[in-house]
Amino acid sequence: MAGLATSFGSGAMTNSIKEIPHSKVILVIGSNTTEAHPVIGSKIKQAVRNGCRLIVADPRKIELTGLAEVWLRLRPGTDITLINGLMHIILKRGWEDRSFIAERTVGFENLKELLREYTPDFVSRVTGVPEEQLYQAAEIYAASDCAQIFYTLGITEHTSGTDNVMSLANLAMLTGNVGKENSGVNPLRGQNNVQGACDMGALPNFYPGYQKVSDPKAQKKFEKAWGVSLNPNQGYMIPDMFAAALQGKLKAMYIMGEDPVLTDANANHVRQGLKALDFLVVQDIFLTETAKLADVVLPGASFAEKAGTFTNTERRVQMVNKAIDPLGKSKADWRIICDLAGIMGYHFIYKSTAEIMKEIASLTPQYCGITHERLGIRGMQWPVLGEDHYGTQFLHKDRFTRGKGLFMPVEARTPDELPDKDYPFLLSTGRKLEHYNITTRHSKVLEGHSSEELAELNPLDAEKLNISDGERVKVSSRRGELETRVKLTDRVPPGMIFMTFHYKESPVNVLTNAACDKVAGTYEYKVCAVQVSKLE
Amino acid sequence: MQWIQLKIDDRKIRVPEKTTILEACRMNNISVPTLCHDPELTNWGACRLCVVEIEGMRNLITSCTMEVQPGMVVKTSTPKVKEARKTILELIVANHDIDCLTCEKMGECELSKYAYEYGVKKDVFLGAKRKYELDDSNPFIIRDLNKCILCGKCVRACAEIQVNNVLDYSKRGFETQVGPAFNLPYGESECVFCGSCLAVCPVGALTEKQMTAKGRPWEYKKVQTTCPFCGTGCNFDLNIRDNKVVGITSNPNSPVNGRALCVKGRFGVDYIHSPNRLTKPLIKKKGEFVEAEWYEALKLVAEKFKTLKDQYGPDSLGALSSARCTNEENYLLQKFMRTVIGTNNIDHCART
Repeated sequence: MAGLATSFGSGAMTNSIKEIPHSKVILVIGSNTTEAHPVIGSKIKQAVRNGCRLIVADPRKIELTGLAEVWLRLRPGTDITLINGLMHIILKRGWEDRSFIAERTVGFENLKELLREYTPDFVSRVTGVPEEQLYQAAEIYAASDCAQIFYTLGITEHTSGTDNVMSLANLAMLTGNVGKENSGVNPLRGQNNVQGACDMGALPNFYPGYQKVSDPKAQKKFEKAWGVSLNPNQGYMIPDMFAAALQGKLKAMYIMGEDPVLTDANANHVRQGLKALDFLVVQDIFLTETAKLADVVLPGASFAEKAGTFTNTERRVQMVNKAIDPLGKSKADWRIICDLAGIMGYHFIYKSTAEIMKEIASLTPQYCGITHERLGIRGMQWPVLGEDHYGTQFLHKDRFTRGKGLFMPVEARTPDELPDKDYPFLLSTGRKLEHYNITTRHSKVLEGHSSEELAELNPLDAEKLNISDGERVKVSSRRGELETRVKLTDRVPPGMIFMTFHYKESPVNVLTNAACDKVAGTYEYKVCAVQVSKLE
Repeated sequence: MQWIQLKIDDRKIRVPEKTTILEACRMNNISVPTLCHDPELTNWGACRLCVVEIEGMRNLITSCTMEVQPGMVVKTSTPKVKEARKTILELIVANHDIDCLTCEKMGECELSKYAYEYGVKKDVFLGAKRKYELDDSNPFIIRDLNKCILCGKCVRACAEIQVNNVLDYSKRGFETQVGPAFNLPYGESECVFCGSCLAVCPVGALTEKQMTAKGRPWEYKKVQTTCPFCGTGCNFDLNIRDNKVVGITSNPNSPVNGRALCVKGRFGVDYIHSPNRLTKPLIKKKGEFVEAEWYEALKLVAEKFKTLKDQYGPDSLGALSSARCTNEENYLLQKFMRTVIGTNNIDHCART
């Protein structure tokens, strides 16, 4: 979010999902789309079927690499070098879009200066991608009159995540590939309502609609609307919360619908942080690993038991409709918050979530024209500027949200922790098709289909370690260790091991590194150093 | 765009060029039966049920594969057409397992719908019937080839919606069948269980395992909603009976995905009724969770929050909101932290 917000002025997917099958060129980088976003993945495959040229940049041999015209098998964490290298070639060959750069952007000269060093020879040595593939990819991307970029957490879950994103924004602006149909920079949001949770200001530095808490005008606006005086100090981001808890500065936490013990990096540190609190409240639908540490557990309701909205990756706000009553004595999460506020002497009085949306629309510019009634069965893509506006299919047409697009030259940096003598393997983490984070373990059919972790290990490494397919092994890092079964496959290159974070029996986040991006505070889930060893 | 004028059943009709006769009929509310046609898939002409008479043409023509021509004169319900359609249905029925009593498709079966419409009884043509084993090799889809009518919709859905190309026809004539390569069961094939084949099957050849014997289609209340998993934002219908989510069916009006879904969205929402669900507030007393009433639990939370806020200041409290919860809930939780507690210590795990 922070990266695109800096470059374009809006941290959201620029284009729409329905445009995908008609794309001419698609660059997928850091996204295992067919497993993490399967329906978007099949739309990319439809595009290829329709003649679209596909470039995939990924260290792993994911399904899409088999359909790609060029597969850039870069070393994990070398994304910026790769992208800078592509831009170097584009400039050298004169494939940049000069009129777009002149009319729509600022900062080009700084970028040009930076790119000088990123020669194909240098880039190839750092990334491991052969030079001719760099030329091929640069030509395919730059030569088309419209090209799309899709990325996911393979780009953002790095200590250089924000820089990685800005680097992609540079590539798109350099070639004029933004602000039109089938042409843009598209982060695929990992969860059903990532976009919405950000839009709604569940962030320590923003009120709803990305209005800064540090901006006195925004503070006044919300003070007036909410009838209280507001704290002007920016709050803690997640990693800081656990640290503050350990330092005794944070005394209590209220956690709704998250399980940081399983999903945050360096889980042992998270667990210690939560244990250090005086008081922990967890509101969830299951007794999660985090809930087990709580003093009070409040039973929320699943999506089928309440009405409201989710905002998807293409900014489409869609209805969630109540189909059944909450189970047992559980309650819709919004009602629990209202009840608690009431007991604490504040009146959160809403008859329905439609009324809450009215208040949201009155305070959030992007949601200004949204009501539950208008969303109907097709939803609307923000910005929806008023009651007579029908939403926005793609952003930055004619003008970037911030005015002119900003080239932010970014230098490559290495990940926080790379393999060494003691921890010789690079661990990368992600999802697999059959599971979604940690909830689907409670699905009987999905659990029956895919019930345990199968860490991906290259057969060449396995041979050296005398490990056979399906064997249980120990994986350890500086932060913790676990046991897991392995699958021997050339999906991962030698020296790399890949694991998912779905299984609490092999909780991969005890291994991961909690170093995080300096701006977004996102952990480096995609790179850390581990050791793989045979069980005694 | 050129407009073409033609006559269908004595009505003058204007449609855009490249429109098929079938589409022209449907645009004008002229009903034509089809089993293999699907507006989202390529035209196939496999079932022959959509045949019509066209003036000047010797044979009956499949209307789904023939584009309109200027001045064409089409007849959709002559005795010759009706007779042909009836015979086609009789031939399909002759080799179809007439297992309607417990067939999951009953009520939504297109073969039975047209058989009823055209007065087709079973056993008009007697002869050999296929006898295949049920493919029960996976937790999601039951495949009964004895009910397959070889319309090829699943083949096209696999190739054109999911683009996986797992399904195709094999063998010839009476032995023709549809399935994965080498006639492997689904569970052993490259199938990723997106269930697009299930969503388009017009008969009971592909049915959903989880929904077996849970209710008849007309007994379900369908509620369109948004998938709770990844950020794609697919829509589908929850099928409800007795305050229980029995399963998911595709909703073709879904703005993002149409009928396409993935294995999680289509089959994984049974977590809703998992026995592990929390149904009562819990308070930890002496290290053990004890069930509590709402007022007791919330009062305890309120008092604790107040005490800590008074003692250590509002910034000693923090909250994690959720990218899984609704906008309204995220809005309320940040409002709660900012107004009731008085801190900006609110975050969620997905701010990249």
